Amino acid sequence: MSLLQEHGPDAMVVAGGTDLFPNMKRRQFEPRVLVGLRGVRELGGIRGSAREGMTLGALATLTQVSLHPEILTHYPALARAADLVSTPQLRNMGTIGGNVCLDTRCNYYNQSYAWRKAIGFCMKKDGDICLVAPGSPRCVAVSSSDTAPVLWSLGARVRLVGPDGERVIPLPALYRDDGIQYLAKAPEEIVAEIALPPVDGLRATYWKLRRRGSFDFPVLGVAVALRREGEVCREARIVLGAVASQPREAVEAERLLAGERLTPELIDRVAEVAARPSKPLDNTDLVYYYRKRMTRVYVARALRELAGLPVGDWPTAMAGRNHANDEEAR
Amino acid sequence: MRELLTPRVNGDDVQVLAPVHKTLLEVLREELGLTGTKHGCELGECGTCTVLLDGEPVLSCLLLPVECQGREILTVEGMAQAGRLHPLQQSFAELGAAQCGYCTPGILLAAKALLEHNPRPSREAIRVALAGNLCRCTGYTKILDAVELAAARQGR
Ligand SMILES: Cc1cc2nc3c(=O)[nH]c(=O)nc-3n(C[C@H](O)[C@H](O)[C@H](O)COP(=O)(O)OP(=O)(O)OC[C@H]3O[C@@H](n4cnc5c(N)ncnc54)[C@H](O)[C@@H]3O)c2cc1C
Ligand code: SF4
Ligand code: FES
Ligand code: FES
Repeated sequence: MSLLQEHGPDAMVVAGGTDLFPNMKRRQFEPRVLVGLRGVRELGGIRGSAREGMTLGALATLTQVSLHPEILTHYPALARAADLVSTPQLRNMGTIGGNVCLDTRCNYYNQSYAWRKAIGFCMKKDGDICLVAPGSPRCVAVSSSDTAPVLWSLGARVRLVGPDGERVIPLPALYRDDGIQYLAKAPEEIVAEIALPPVDGLRATYWKLRRRGSFDFPVLGVAVALRREGEVCREARIVLGAVASQPREAVEAERLLAGERLTPELIDRVAEVAARPSKPLDNTDLVYYYRKRMTRVYVARALRELAGLPVGDWPTAMAGRNHANDEEAR
Repeated sequence: MRELLTPRVNGDDVQVLAPVHKTLLEVLREELGLTGTKHGCELGECGTCTVLLDGEPVLSCLLLPVECQGREILTVEGMAQAGRLHPLQQSFAELGAAQCGYCTPGILLAAKALLEHNPRPSREAIRVALAGNLCRCTGYTKILDAVELAAARQGR
């Protein structure tokens, strides 16, 4: 803590380093002091249960999150999202805290120094205009975390610890829709843990669109969580990933679900409305109008999965380890 | 600035004085002369720098050796025991699962970790376990075959 305070903007924290080190090598980050969190025992571990809620230490690895028996059984959407991040090696190193603090991404930014210099620097690093939206006063780089939309849909809260003490905020309050200042916390505050509320009948799922089935950042993520009483939806959350500089909740679409039965017709209508706040730009993999169109498709499939309706072929882009194990078990 | 590093590498306690900014990959290759671990993208995307840290596959290009103090590192040089190839090395050689061989050390180690957790993996489970290891030559089929063969032989 004191190191972070002393060195101010020259210092950065590192957890698994799987985002930070590649960014340093491309000179997107140039900290002079690195504060490693891995030695801090208190930040590790996964505790609790579905009945009383769970606490994920910021340093819990994505492998630990994706294979934890209680999470697999009761928060399967989170296990799936963690399992669909990157590769086995990177999930053994990368942490859940680092995943929610993941830097925003852009085709003009995640490039080597020489590449960025040749094309002209942008405002996120070393320059002053945006190359994707030249008229834009702000950077529109894309929130690319797989777990953030799911944690948001589950109602997670985040415990932050800083030089002036600690505070607990709802996960959505951690984010801002700005590609550069994408986190709403002070730079010297660290994420200590993430708290999941008791399951209490909430059922959730996560659908991820990416180019390769092996590994790739999401170019669209759809997290849906529903609490039903009998056939009727009491509570619904639909959170879209990789469509803005922060996860985006499709609030209007959620309202259509309240008090209704999940029929195929309603699902189609909800999916159409949910796709409205999805405004992908031409700065990630895959063309943006396809990503926009897929928002509707993926919201519909996620809702159909939760409703127990057929979802069509399982996309190869969703072939994670847990899915492979399920196949084997069958 | 240099620092004293004390990891266990392939079963031996090692002491090495290395510059603090070097990654584990660079320390293994340049300070310890263990050049079996390969240098690929350096950005976490290809998997050829894979080593096992306490038995689990990690990428040495994104790991600082200070984080490995006192921990067990296994590189491809440590796979053969007493002059005998590891069953995976044997099956890769027999089936021609390596062409240029650049991806092979990383794949052998990722596959070794898989077989330790899951001695009879399905083809899909092998595919998923090797999802982080790119190969530009083989088209992967022979690699999957070789892991299956090694698993079958170990199971006997
Ligand atoms: C090839 C490749 C593919 C990838 N694919 C995906 C993918 O598909 N989906 C995905 O979501 N991610 C992906 N990633 C990104 C990354 O591996 C993960 O997001 C990982 O979870 C990051 O965690 P980390 O612990 O390694 O973070 P670090 O690299 O250590 O840190 C990431 C950022 O968060 C900050 N930070 C870390 N921990 C804390 C904390 N406790 N408090 C405050 N700030 C903190 C750091 O300062 C840094 O800015 C990929 C990375 C690579 C290299
Ligand atoms: S969105 Fe614009 S400013 Fe932001 S990283 Fe991309 S090009 Fe740079
Ligand atoms: S060199 Fe480490 S992943 Fe490519
Ligand atoms: S054999 Fe050449 S990269 Fe795999």
